[in-house]
Formats: sequence, C-alpha cells, structure tokens
Amino acid sequence: MAKTESGASARARARTPNGRESRLDGYDRAQLHVLLREMLVGRRFEEKTAEAYAIGKIGGFCHLYIGQEAVAIGAISALRAEDYVITAYREHVQALAKGITPRAVMAELYGRADGCSHGRGGSMHLYSAEHNFLGGWGIVGGQIPLATGVGWAIKYRGQDRVCICFMGEAAVNQGAFHESLNMAALWKLPVVFIVENNWFGMGTAWDRASALLDIAKKGGSYEMPSAVADGMDVLEMRAVVGDAVNRARADGTPTLIEAKCYRYMGHSMSDPVSGVYRTKEEVESHKTRDPIRAFIEQLREAGLLTEDELQPMDEAVRAEVDDAVAFAEASPEPSPDTLYDHVYVDTNVNGRLFFDARGRGPAAG
Amino acid sequence: MATIMYREALGQALAEEMARDPNVFLMGEEVGVYNGAYKVSKGLLDQFGPKRVMDTPITELGFAGLGVGAAMLGLRPVIEFMTFNFSILAMDQVFNSAAKVLYMSGGQFRCPIVFRGPTGAALQLSAQHSQALESTYGHFPGLKICTPGTPADAKGLLKAAIRDNDPVIVMEGELLYSLKGEVPDDEDFIVPLGVADVKREGAHVSIITHGKMIHVALQAAAQLAKGGVDAEVIDLRSLRPLDVEAILRSVHKTNRAVYLEEGWPFVGIGAQIVDIIQDEAFDYLDAPVLRVTQLDIPMPYSKNLEKATKPSAERVVDACRRVLYLKD
Repeated sequence: MAKTESGASARARARTPNGRESRLDGYDRAQLHVLLREMLVGRRFEEKTAEAYAIGKIGGFCHLYIGQEAVAIGAISALRAEDYVITAYREHVQALAKGITPRAVMAELYGRADGCSHGRGGSMHLYSAEHNFLGGWGIVGGQIPLATGVGWAIKYRGQDRVCICFMGEAAVNQGAFHESLNMAALWKLPVVFIVENNWFGMGTAWDRASALLDIAKKGGSYEMPSAVADGMDVLEMRAVVGDAVNRARADGTPTLIEAKCYRYMGHSMSDPVSGVYRTKEEVESHKTRDPIRAFIEQLREAGLLTEDELQPMDEAVRAEVDDAVAFAEASPEPSPDTLYDHVYVDTNVNGRLFFDARGRGPAAG
Repeated sequence: MATIMYREALGQALAEEMARDPNVFLMGEEVGVYNGAYKVSKGLLDQFGPKRVMDTPITELGFAGLGVGAAMLGLRPVIEFMTFNFSILAMDQVFNSAAKVLYMSGGQFRCPIVFRGPTGAALQLSAQHSQALESTYGHFPGLKICTPGTPADAKGLLKAAIRDNDPVIVMEGELLYSLKGEVPDDEDFIVPLGVADVKREGAHVSIITHGKMIHVALQAAAQLAKGGVDAEVIDLRSLRPLDVEAILRSVHKTNRAVYLEEGWPFVGIGAQIVDIIQDEAFDYLDAPVLRVTQLDIPMPYSKNLEKATKPSAERVVDACRRVLYLKD
C-alpha cells in the first residue's frame, strides 16, 4: 500500500447535508465571523503560549494545537452550553472554544491561583464545571471511558444533552477505546467520539502503529455510525459533528468521527517541529492548507469578509491574548496552605487521612 | 436486630441506599440477571430495574471509568469488581481518574463513587485469584478504604461508603459472604469510616488486624487464653482514614503488638501500622512489633501448600508468644 505523508493531505469525503460546494449556506456573516475569531483566538493564544514556555513562564508538558483549530472550533460550535466536552491533553483551544476565558487558561498554564484549575492542573488538566468542560486528562485514552460515563449520566437523567470526547488517533489502539465504544454502542450513550488524526502519535506515524488505518471503519466493530471529516475545514467539521450531535440528542446513538488534520508544532514543546520523524518540507507543505487562511480566503471569495473587518478582528484578538498574559503574570501563586485542599471532599472524618508529617499525631513534634 | 449473612447485610445496604437516593446505582459483571456472582445483589434487579442494576460486559477498565465519569456529573455509582484481582485491569481509572479528579480540577469535580468486591484469598483459587490488594489501594491519596469483617460492619461501612462524597474502596471477602452475625435493623445504622473496633479486650498483647483476618486473630486469642495470655484484638475496619488513636490506646495498655494481615509482607498494611507504632508509641513498647502475613510467594493451588502459605492462628500465637518473650 502506498505510504501517504499524512491523512490530511488526502481529500476527505465527508457526508454533509448540503454537500461540499454550498457549505456556507445556512450561516450568516456574523456567525462565520465568530468561527473565524475563535480560530484566531486559538492560534494567537497558542503562539503566545509557546513564547511564554520558551522563557520559563510555563513548565512541564505543553502540547500545542497550532494547525488543528478548525477541529475544536468547528466541533464545539455544534454544541449547546449544557453539553459536555471531555478531552486529552492537547486541549487549550478546546477549552477556549467551550467558553473558558483566555485569562483563566493562561493563568492555569502559569500555575497561578486564578487558573481554571486553581494552579493544580496545568496544561494537561484544564477543568471548568461552569462551562461543562470535564478535563484535561494525561493518560492516553483515559478520558474515553469517562466519556461513556458522562453519556450514561445523561441517559440516566433522561436529558437530551450530548458529550463530545476528543482523542488523538494513537489513542484508538488503547484497550480503553475498544471497551468504551462497545459500551456506548451497546447501551446507546449520547457520546460523539472525535478522533483528531494528525497522523503522528508523538513520533510514531499512524501507519507504523496501526494495522487498520481507516479509523471510521472501526465504528463497524461496534455497529456504531461513523464519519470522516476534513479537520482543516471548520465548516465541514461543524457539519459532520452537527449531524452526529443531532443523532445523539435524538435517541442517544453515538458516532465515531475521524477528523483528518495536522499539527504544525511538535508533539509537545520538548519535541522538535521536524527533523526526527517528519521532514521540514512535509510540515511546510501542510502549512499551505492552514485552516485559518483557508477559511479567510473562502469568506473573502464569497464576499463575506473584508480587510476592514479582518484587521480589527486580528488586532482585538491579539489584545485579548496579551491581556490574558498580563492577567496570568499578575495572578498570585497558590498558597502552600492549600496543598491539602481538594484531596478529599469529606475531611471532617474520624481517623487519619494523611500519613506524612502533616497528618501525623502529636508525636510529630 | 436480626442474624443474617454478610452477603445479605451488603445486599440490604445496597437496597436501602438505592431506595434512599435515586442517584445510587449498581454496575458490574453478573450483578443483575445472575443475582451477583456471590449473590450480594440478589433481588436488586427485580426491585430496582435495569437502569439501576446494570450488567456489564467483561470490561473492568471501561466500566470503572464509566463509573468515574458518571460520578463527576453527580451520580453515585457502586461499581462491583467480581474480585479485586480483576480490578487490576481498572487501576488506571481508579488511580489516575477517581483518586485525582477533585485535586486536578481544583475542587470542581467530585467523585462520589464506591468500588466494592471481595479481596484476598478464598480456597484453592490459585495465584491470580487470591491477591489481597489493600496496600496497593491504600497507597494513593484521594482514596478511602474500608475492610468489613462481620455482617454488621459490612452493612454499616457500605452505607457509610455510599454516602461518602469521596471514592471509597470497600474490600470484602469471598470466605465472609456466608458468615452470619447480628445486624441492626435501623436503616440509618452506619459504621463511620475511620473508627476501629475492639473485637476482644485484653491486657497482655495487641493483635491488630483488618478484614477476614479478625477471625484468625480471635482463634489465636482463644488459644492464647488457654495458656494464660490475654490478647486484645483490634479490628481496624477502615484503613484510610485510619483510627490511629485506637491503635495507640491499645499499645499504651498492652505494650506489645502483632499486626496480622492476609497480604504479602513487603509494604503491606502492617508495615505502615508498625511505622506508626514505633514513631508515636516507642516508649510504650516492651518488644519489637512483629507481623504475620502471607508467605512472600504467589498463592499455590494444592490444599496443603495453600494452608502453609496463608497466615494461621498458630503463627499468630507464635508471634504473640515471641513478643511476650515466652519460651515454649
């Protein structure tokens, strides 16, 4: 079988209600500008994050979403506020798309008290109960069974909410994926499983990791509907995910979606952009399909975006991101007095809960 | 008061808590149609229906994680592991999700889940089906653990666990399920976590233990009594939170202690208890604290080999005599 550079370079054949040619139908100018603005926020935020990481303001693992913005923004735009999103650790833009402010996300990356996880989580563990953003999970595939639980709770309560579960393509080979999709299909749990196939699981190309490359085909293993979408096209993502969301909302049927996309940065800030497992030329060739530039061109050609609208939009986005950085810088570090908070809910218990010096009895001295 | 079996006590706890709180549901292998592998959930499917008593595929990692996800949204799942040996498959979800979500989210998402099932050995179930995992679960901050050894403790602790807003591991025992005992009828009868129980008062040596081993400890105490040694038996009942005061009170009184557990010696529960005693009651000790555990080997199948591997009343008696410096 011929080796392809990446899935994103293949033309995805997504099944959308209106067809490829008229995808702009059904959106007004304002709605399209919102989608563009959200992608710009995601892009500028991640660029700023890279700068902050490089000068030591952000520590640990930091996985950037640059190049994949259309996936998160397109998908999450199909949701209502009361729907849920759960994801892995390449999550900054997903969190922003679900409504967590750039301030709260940046402060969390900086490990400050005003971060959305109060400095306890960091880049990989962003949470917001207010926005129904359920994290933020570091073990590859660990979020997938949790997503089925969210679907279970929705069904248990007789609600018509939906849960989107994002994952990378490498997670698809974890046992947890298999177990979760089986239960979701067996019990009709309203979960939309979105696989962001950026072709690389850290440094391992998908065709070195998987016997079966066609992820959508895996839905057949569970009698689950599946779809493929061009993850570099925000309106295609919106349409394909929208179909799946409607299906889940209607009768709880889950869907497996493969979103073919590409990340322009390395796996994390510790990983080189190119040179180890992919060439500089390959990365540059994918940048010619930048989802934001493609959307801008699409809107311009359709007369739906002028330079007088784009310039101020980009400036306002940059200002918003700069404000987020200033907010993070000014936010205090969490106090060490809070170290033992939120390990347990019920701490007013009989007996001892902690077994270090703090938990020891009077003999601790 | 009624005299019922340990399994019935657990079943009553489940039924009462499910009737009391519509958010409580039971999920696991064979819990519904089969009435439970050990008949703990007998009749619950008929009483509550399939939404609340859910049979799962053989999918421990998957359904443990499903439970955690549902708990994050405020449901109160009781996830049954047919035995805790099988829970090893689910440990990523118990340790990386359940134990940590409250902390990582800065307090936003709770996990009021119960993971329950039998731990430790039964009879000739061999190496993979006989493991006592209390130490493994006890290691992780964020989890609570209890180990009921009697029907009353089983009912009271399971009710407490279900009402607790944290993830609680309730570790039972196959060999306990048919054990009969008196159980209060009161639907609000709770045994709180973190409270140990003096199962036998004594003056000469403290046998401290948990779970099904309390019965081995009581046998040992009966044998010791024939020789004029009055042993106190402390049943911890709850490992995390731990009733340290009860341990220290007993050691202050007897000045000698033996820890009995059915698990392996290296980093067993007893290792932690011995540390607490030597650290916080050193001046009260008249002898080192000894431990009686399973032999440090996988559990063999043959009846005679298994018997030699498990802790026995004889080995407990021997340890007690040693800390009393009694010569045979």
